[in-house]
Amino acid sequence: MKIMVAVKRVVDYNIKVRVRADQSDVDLSNAKMALNPFCEIALEEAIRLKEKGQASEVIAVSVGPSQAQEQLRTALAMGADRAILLETEAALSSLNVAKLLKALVDREQPQLIITGKQAIDTDNNQTGQMLAALAGYAQGTFASSLELQGEEVLVMREVDGGSQQVALQLPAIVTADLRLNEPRYASLPNIMKAKKKPLEVLQPEALGVALTSNLRVLRVEAPTERPPGIRVDSVAALVDKLKHEARVI
Amino acid sequence: MTILVIAEHNNRELASATLNTLTAAQKIGSDIHVLVAGHECQGVAAAVAKISGVSQVLLSESPSYAQTLAEHLASLVARLGPDYSHILAPATTTGKNYLPRVAALLDVEQLSEVVEILAADTFKRPIYAGNALATVQTCAPIKVLSIRPTAFAPAAYGDHSAPIQNLAPEATPALSRVVAETQSSSDRPDLGSARIVISGGRGLQNSDSFQLLYQLADKLGAAVGASRAAVDAGYVSNDLQVGQTGKIVAPDLYIAVGISGAIQHVAGMKDSKIIVAINKDEEAPIFQVADYGLVGDLFELLPELERAL
Ligand SMILES: Cc1cc2nc3c(=O)[nH]c(=O)nc-3n(C[C@H](O)[C@H](O)[C@H](O)COP(=O)(O)OP(=O)(O)OC[C@H]3O[C@@H](n4cnc5c(N)ncnc54)[C@H](O)[C@@H]3O)c2cc1C
Ligand SMILES: Nc1ncnc2c1ncn2[C@@H]1O[C@H](COP(=O)(O)O)[C@@H](O)[C@H]1O
Repeated sequence: MKIMVAVKRVVDYNIKVRVRADQSDVDLSNAKMALNPFCEIALEEAIRLKEKGQASEVIAVSVGPSQAQEQLRTALAMGADRAILLETEAALSSLNVAKLLKALVDREQPQLIITGKQAIDTDNNQTGQMLAALAGYAQGTFASSLELQGEEVLVMREVDGGSQQVALQLPAIVTADLRLNEPRYASLPNIMKAKKKPLEVLQPEALGVALTSNLRVLRVEAPTERPPGIRVDSVAALVDKLKHEARVI
Repeated sequence: MTILVIAEHNNRELASATLNTLTAAQKIGSDIHVLVAGHECQGVAAAVAKISGVSQVLLSESPSYAQTLAEHLASLVARLGPDYSHILAPATTTGKNYLPRVAALLDVEQLSEVVEILAADTFKRPIYAGNALATVQTCAPIKVLSIRPTAFAPAAYGDHSAPIQNLAPEATPALSRVVAETQSSSDRPDLGSARIVISGGRGLQNSDSFQLLYQLADKLGAAVGASRAAVDAGYVSNDLQVGQTGKIVAPDLYIAVGISGAIQHVAGMKDSKIIVAINKDEEAPIFQVADYGLVGDLFELLPELERAL
């Protein structure tokens, strides 16, 4: 069984991004870039299924600029068998990415597709669900565990107020939440080996997908700062402030 | 211009996030239809009909809608979609699950976690864990928006009753089924809509210490939340996680105990009216967003606070 994992190149999660002075966008010049944390978890899960003998091949795919090859090499070093980059400089919407991924699903025919639940740059939380719709597949979003069972995949979903376990008919799409697993670090020998693994670069046009968008970002601004607070030196002082100054208790 | 709002409910009760979503809808336009899809949920439809601003309730009942499986719900909403200028749902785990599927079926883009309506086609939404706010204009023929509940006040119940129209369910192939469901039951207020939230982090060191928070919460009528580190360490269940990838809360009072204040946590609580931080490390970043900071050992301060209340 083939597994396809979608991975996105995003700003490193430790970085607090700043908005450009002209409010056109955030300023990512010289910012450290990395694999989206949720995509790392998605990939780790696929690799584990292969290590358990339940999957035959893990394909990592990314839509992004030429530099996203770095993240795909990381994916290969973690254990993906091959990688595909759909190279584009454009900042695409989740619907556009889903359409491109759908074209790859048609070509590769994976039985299971794992994406992250959310890209930490746009915070969209859309692509996996959209791909599921376009492919007509079942979806298991926000997965905290995943188990293949015959023609189905059992997914434990993290939902408001608890959890929900669903059984999805294969082929299916699962989106990874934080607690699905703890991703491994690539070892040095595996990083060396990854350099020889196949990484195919395709132009989106080659897939015959029309990439139009209805969205226009007019402005990107910094959120209003909270006014600086104060230190209180005792519990009594805190309670007094909450009662008489803030009036919230 | 008619707006469709998808009600969230458990077949018995309407989820309060629907009320916040209705307020967002009212800022876009005045002809608002609400879809109640579920199983044996007439009671919910009757309640929705009384919310002010609702002009029509659409009720679609089928066993396949009992558990809000995205495959079923999305195909129903997509069937109705072309009659509407906007489709809104709360940005809860339920809404986040089916709404992008609706958008893709309708071949339109979605705007997630809308926090402000500037015009019928222009919206504000946070990106990069709330470190930036994007103003986005969309010319999509159907505008699909998930609404961040904490950014809008709840709509009120009025004294009218909107008509309820029955809709045939959509026949969708059963691609998935629910095997099991666990609801963490609690008598405490709901985290997403509580007036006071007390959250604990890794500083609490174990699940037993969360008792200190629960006692305090009971005294204040507060909900309890947690950082991801506390959830990961198994101190509390995952549905208590506050943050970029957990719940977004904006109570009148948020008390962060033993939480360092990582960007991802702050993203989920920085719109709270008053923030209190209790941490033994005076350099902890949580103090940068706190209105009142108390430096010290939580194991001494929490019992003291409980006594003082
Ligand atoms: C993709 C991604 C998404 C994430 N999403 C979220 C999210 O939604 N929500 C979230 O919370 N995190 C999230 N995180 C994790 C986040 O980056 C931090 O790791 C996490 O918030 C840290 O939790 P903490 O503050 O409890 O733990 P720590 O950072 O370990 O802080 C513990 C604090 O407790 C204090 N302390 C210790 N002992 C005491 C004591 N006796 N008395 C008083 N103070 C004490 C310490 O001084 C310290 O400041 C995410 C991370 C990633 C990569
Ligand atoms: N440009 C991209 N390339 C590859 N995968 C992507 C891309 N954008 C989104 N995804 C996948 O979709 C998930 C959710 O992204 P989003 O819907 O943008 O929040 C990510 O975690 C990835 O798995």
